[in-house]
Amino acid sequence: MELQGDNLAVVRLGRMAYGPALDTQRRAVERVRRGREDGRHVEYLLLVEHDPPVITLGRSGKDEHLLATPERLAALGIEYYESSRGGDVTYHGPGQLVAYPVLDLNRHGRDVHRYLRDVEQTVLGLLGGLGLDGRRDERYTGVWVGNDKVCAIGVAITRWVSYHGLALNVSTDLDYFGLIVPCGIRERGVTSLARLLGRDVPLAETADALVGEFVRVFGFDGATELAPDDL
Amino acid sequence: MAEIEVTLPSLGDDAGDHAEVSFWYVDPGDAVGEGDSLLQMLTDKATFDVPSPAAGTVTAHKCAEGDRVTVGDVICLLETSE
Repeated sequence: MELQGDNLAVVRLGRMAYGPALDTQRRAVERVRRGREDGRHVEYLLLVEHDPPVITLGRSGKDEHLLATPERLAALGIEYYESSRGGDVTYHGPGQLVAYPVLDLNRHGRDVHRYLRDVEQTVLGLLGGLGLDGRRDERYTGVWVGNDKVCAIGVAITRWVSYHGLALNVSTDLDYFGLIVPCGIRERGVTSLARLLGRDVPLAETADALVGEFVRVFGFDGATELAPDDL
Repeated sequence: MAEIEVTLPSLGDDAGDHAEVSFWYVDPGDAVGEGDSLLQMLTDKATFDVPSPAAGTVTAHKCAEGDRVTVGDVICLLETSE
């Protein structure tokens, strides 16, 4: 399929387990690479809510930051993966908006840390639109409100194409984070948009706002919706 | 055929000069194509695959998993196939 102008292709995967979503990311990475070679430029933003819940351990992850045994996770219906992204341990599940930007970083500065800061900026913009004062932390990548993390970030870059991404707690059941030391940080907490705003926050609305922020921060002309089957 | 030194490329101006070796995709003796991933580096919350600059055979690793490496440091030796 041909994208109009310099548009971001947005693929809403709905509720999907971690494994199939990872396969979808790999296909997207391949498309971006191929597009670079044949001149049919394409970049993706995959949006997903992981179900069943899953705990993933990034490359900097330490086993002791997982506080439950594999048997206990299985009994709770939680999947477990070791992931190729950067970062430590995190949780994904219903009520959390996970975004996997598969971007050609040759077009966005070719800088690993600038990319991380840009991804943070999309979430800071989204929070601002909701009247929330998000912030970065010098020591810890991610997006924070006060001392609590609302969005975890862990990315991977191969041939300057990004994958993995961010996990924003919209109405996540935060009790699940008790099974881990989130991102390996013991002295901080986690929060969600629903908790911060004291009201129900629809995931689809939040996803729309995030798409707008990605278009703005990464300088796309606009966004084009793409069916999951087209990837 | 020539043996070349493969160095750690820049991860960007903001990304600083250092990164940690996460793991090797290839061992000495393995054949690689140009652009194939040699090893994965870690920096902050990102992993970064270092591509092979040429087709050939990896002859030696010059850094190990867990090492801190500086941009420009030799990471491995590669016997090129051309």
